Amino acid sequence: MTPSFSPLSRLLHWLMAVLILAMLVIGIAMVSSLGHYRGLVAIHRPLGILILILAAIRLINRQFNPPPALPRAMPKLLQAAAQASHWVLYGLMFALPLVGWAMLSAAGNPIVLAGAWHLPPILAQNVALYAVLRPAHTVLAFCFFAVILTHLAAALLHALIFRDGVFASMTVRRSHSS
Amino acid sequence: MPSPFEPPPIDPPPSGRYDLRVLLTRRGMAAGAVIGGVVVAMVAGFAWAGGFLTPGRLDQTRLIAGFEAANGAHPGFRRNHAKGVCLSGWFDSNGAAAALSKAQVFRPGRVAVFGRFALAGGMPRTADKPATVRSMALNFTLPDGEIWRSGMNDIPVFPVRDARGFYEQLVAATPDPKTGKPDPAALQAFLKRHPESVKATALIKAAPFSSGFADARYNGLDAFFFVNKAGVKTPVRWAMVPVDAFAPAAKTAPEDKNFLFAALTKRLAAGPAQWHLIITVGKPGDPTNDATLPWPADRQTIDAGVLTVAAVEAEAAGNCRDTNFDPTMLPAGIQPSDDPLLSARSAAYSVSFTRRAGEPKTPSAYQPPHGA
Ligand code: HEM
Ligand code: HEM
Ligand code: HEM
Repeated sequence: MTPSFSPLSRLLHWLMAVLILAMLVIGIAMVSSLGHYRGLVAIHRPLGILILILAAIRLINRQFNPPPALPRAMPKLLQAAAQASHWVLYGLMFALPLVGWAMLSAAGNPIVLAGAWHLPPILAQNVALYAVLRPAHTVLAFCFFAVILTHLAAALLHALIFRDGVFASMTVRRSHSS
Repeated sequence: MPSPFEPPPIDPPPSGRYDLRVLLTRRGMAAGAVIGGVVVAMVAGFAWAGGFLTPGRLDQTRLIAGFEAANGAHPGFRRNHAKGVCLSGWFDSNGAAAALSKAQVFRPGRVAVFGRFALAGGMPRTADKPATVRSMALNFTLPDGEIWRSGMNDIPVFPVRDARGFYEQLVAATPDPKTGKPDPAALQAFLKRHPESVKATALIKAAPFSSGFADARYNGLDAFFFVNKAGVKTPVRWAMVPVDAFAPAAKTAPEDKNFLFAALTKRLAAGPAQWHLIITVGKPGDPTNDATLPWPADRQTIDAGVLTVAAVEAEAAGNCRDTNFDPTMLPAGIQPSDDPLLSARSAAYSVSFTRRAGEPKTPSAYQPPHGA
């Protein structure tokens, strides 16, 4: 059976899974809500930056707690697909908040996290660039959602069909089987 | 009890474990249905949250489409308050509002300001008229990098209470393709459904328009909360009250299509124009969620300082043209109220800003002479 991810890796994985799914829902909801827009955007910005910070912590943690090897029996192609999809997920965990931050910078908008606490712009004001980054944020978010759904379907495939311990490596295992 | 996800370790032959033909077995189909169900449920939830399942709903995209239908397409320009000019100057705070708000802008001292004078309405080449609603939008950049933006109009109250009212008014004012004119019956029907707009419009009509930009009083209209160091929240409304003496608007429009803007440029050539930032302090019970209602006239006011507008310049890359004067961009010490217009404005301005940001630009109708 596949050994487990470290407890910290699992904590980060599930905490971020909840936060990222919440961010996707908040993002998609706010751009079609006149009444809740302001309140949701005010949550969206700091939560997005929190995800950026957690993603950095997670990547560092991965060096100290490398993921367990996938089952040897798993076909090489499937293993490669799993690993590639994980890197795509990491890429998006960084890309979405960075594009969000960059687009507000290019718009010349304040990037308020809470109260007086705000971030400096990471780009000079340039609305033509904003006009590219803003739809990029949307496209990346939809890609993120699609990749997460695939990832989730694959995880359930491991749990329900392959029954190879990969799902349990990210969840909790009954004590005697580890 | 065995966990549903961790079967007893009866290892099938390794080659068979990853054989997807298992999906054709009963167990495989049941699992496939569970996985498919989870994915479909998540997609449906996402689509629901994004409003894709309720396409008729009034959201910011539809609201902005309403402006575009009413005014026609004017790429590169604001969907409302389309005709304008950039202003620059500074604000000298006297410290009088610091007791009510901890915002840095209210400590004694000077902060740089840029902004925009504009005419309400979505036509960037419309002719100035004596009774066109005028606006002042401002950006204050505070010493710690915080930003305060405000958009104010020279009317005493706002004609509609919420985005729905604004949209219905827009639709009623949209020219009928057959006659080229709005249908008067539609406007009547709108007013019948919105008695608050009838009352507000009467107040707006009763307030005389000033002769120009420099002698106009610009009202924030929406209510906000000031929050001081002790955390006390006070409902407020604000206004920029001109130092220039009020002169009534002309009865008929002069020849020059840009006469209001030209007069402003001429006025500034004679020296800076100034406004006092007057804070009206609300009392418990004063409506903070309805910009169609005035507050009682006897409310305490605070003169927080003086805005000086030194110059105007044409809209161009990187200046007020490329700024979104979203009234919810506030520093610590000022908070939005429960006025539904605030969230709606923030949402709609974002769509308007995003669209115009990506569109080709043409020079604005009014170009102040150089050195103005
Ligand atoms: C927002 C969503 C999610 C993201 C961004 C995400 C990201 C990742 C990443 C990057 C990995 C690789 C291990 C690592 O470096 O941490 C991973 C592993 C894993 N995830 Fe997720 N995940 C998400 C949601 C989910 C969900 C909803 C499930 C289950 C239903 C799940 C189940 C798993 C499992 C079982 C593994 C272990 C795979 C292995 O051993 O290689 N994940 N996830
Ligand atoms: C994991 C991180 C993030 C995710 C998953 C995410 C997701 C989304 C989604 C789904 C939308 C709606 C897109 C649309 O349908 O047009 C959106 C919009 C937006 N996001 Fe993010 N976002 C993230 C991070 C950020 C960050 C860090 C910021 C800013 C600091 C930000 C600022 C915005 C803004 C300003 C909008 C659009 C508001 C508008 O145009 O009216 N996002 N985001
Ligand atoms: C739901 C109600 C409202 C809607 C839908 C609406 C819509 C708009 C739109 C689409 C713009 C152009 C934004 C841009 O592209 O940057 C705009 C500008 C503006 N609005 Fe509103 N507005 C509303 C209420 C108000 C209220 C209550 C006020 C006054 C206090 C106001 C004052 C202004 C001003 C001053 C500008 C011009 C800002 C500038 O010069 O850039 N609006 N409005």
